[in-house]
Amino acid sequence: MSEKFDEIPMAGNIIEPGNAMKYKTGGWRAQRPVHNPENCLWIKNGTCGRCWIFCPDMSVRLVEKDNSRSYEYDYDYCKGCGICANECPTDSITMESE
Amino acid sequence: MAEPAAVRLKDMLQKDQILSAGHRMCAGCAAPTVVKLMGMALRGPTIVCEATGCLEVATTIYPFTAWKIPWIHVAFENAAAVASGVAEAMTVMREKGRSEYEHVDVIAVGGDGGTFDIGFGALSGALERGHDMVYMVYDNGAYQNTGIQRSGATLPGQETTTSWAGKVEPGKRQRKKPLAEIVAAHKIPYVATVDPYHYRDFVQKFRRALEVEGPAFIHAYSPCPRGWRSDTSKSIELSKLAVEVGIHPLFEVIDGEEWIMSSPSKNLKELKPLEEYWAFQGQFRHLKDPKWDDFKNQVQDQMNHDWELLKKRCGIE
Ligand SMILES: Cc1ncc(C[n+]2csc(CCOP(=O)(O)OP(=O)(O)O)c2C)c(N)n1
Ligand code: SF4
Ligand code: SF4
Ligand code: SF4
Ligand SMILES: [Mg+2]
Repeated sequence: MSEKFDEIPMAGNIIEPGNAMKYKTGGWRAQRPVHNPENCLWIKNGTCGRCWIFCPDMSVRLVEKDNSRSYEYDYDYCKGCGICANECPTDSITMESE
Repeated sequence: MAEPAAVRLKDMLQKDQILSAGHRMCAGCAAPTVVKLMGMALRGPTIVCEATGCLEVATTIYPFTAWKIPWIHVAFENAAAVASGVAEAMTVMREKGRSEYEHVDVIAVGGDGGTFDIGFGALSGALERGHDMVYMVYDNGAYQNTGIQRSGATLPGQETTTSWAGKVEPGKRQRKKPLAEIVAAHKIPYVATVDPYHYRDFVQKFRRALEVEGPAFIHAYSPCPRGWRSDTSKSIELSKLAVEVGIHPLFEVIDGEEWIMSSPSKNLKELKPLEEYWAFQGQFRHLKDPKWDDFKNQVQDQMNHDWELLKKRCGIE
């Protein structure tokens, strides 16, 4: 916080939606998820997405561009909980020690 | 025009999320996923009024907020009262031409401590007055934010820091308060139980809750790896298991009268034994001792009895 006292919004309101993004939680991680695209249903046919749906930290990125799909993690925020790996129906995600 | 709910993956990926990353809920906490699914049901401008508890504290650590929609922090016991006021104020402001929005949805969110116990009076009052709002409880089975104290939602046999298991006690002895039934007895238009594993069921029910005129209540199960002493990767699996053992059956109640069991519960041939649910969690570890066999049998009998009663209410043989 670098604002002067008269720059702080009234009543301690936080006026920038989702500014928690400035706080990176990736450092909490002891294990990182690693994705193998071979059997992944999102890569194959654009379905499933259970890892994206269940991730509590919005750290799975399912990208679709010009009819081709890619998959990535946002390691700035992923806390390494392993929910994505546990819920993947095709065992496409493994947790590896940091 | 109301925005549609996002139930299929393609629609979910298109819809604006209401919670950002960078929040400080524990790794593997199910509550942010519960909020994410709530967001998938929204139909337009929405204000969230939230009682204190883990979700409130850890998503809004000053000067940050993970919320992307208007959100107000309230005290522990008055989320329903504040939401009542916000809902009425929005109506009056529109009538006076001071709000540009045709309609604003108002959602109150509280933990199980804030809802089953301390905020219960405010909740009951709001339901009786009939404000057009949705109240959602995320139920993690204890006052987790202050260090795992027992609440009205704590399960029999569950160890907390105010229901220790030891030589003479098997954790909490009392049963869980049947809150959804109590809320339904207020004869409000809509009550439903949901859990994050069954995400389509969750989003569809939440949308119905928004759409009915008058108060609606959503009871969401929300596993807590920190307090439950469970593996962080198991939170969503545990919410599925809670349905399968009957601890958190999925149903809807319309106008306090029409009971409808939802497919994930209806399709169960029979309940799985509670033992399977306990096995995943350190907070039930003491129950492995054969000295609690009688206690465990009583808890299982009670569960079976409650299940039969619920099936009867829902008109299922
Ligand atoms: C009147 C009052 N009493 C006590 C507290 C301290 N307090 C803050 S959060 C909390 C526990 C909340 O439990 P619950 O509603 O179950 O939410 P959880 O943290 O488990 O998600 C307590 C006791 C408070 N903020 N206000
Ligand atoms: S490990 Fe947890 S936080 Fe990381 S991407 Fe998977 S579900 Fe999300
Ligand atoms: S859960 Fe598994 S199969 Fe499904 S989209 Fe994610 S990685 Fe692919
Ligand atoms: S203590 Fe439990 S409910 Fe609170 S943030 Fe941690 S996992 Fe979530
Ligand atoms: Mg709680």
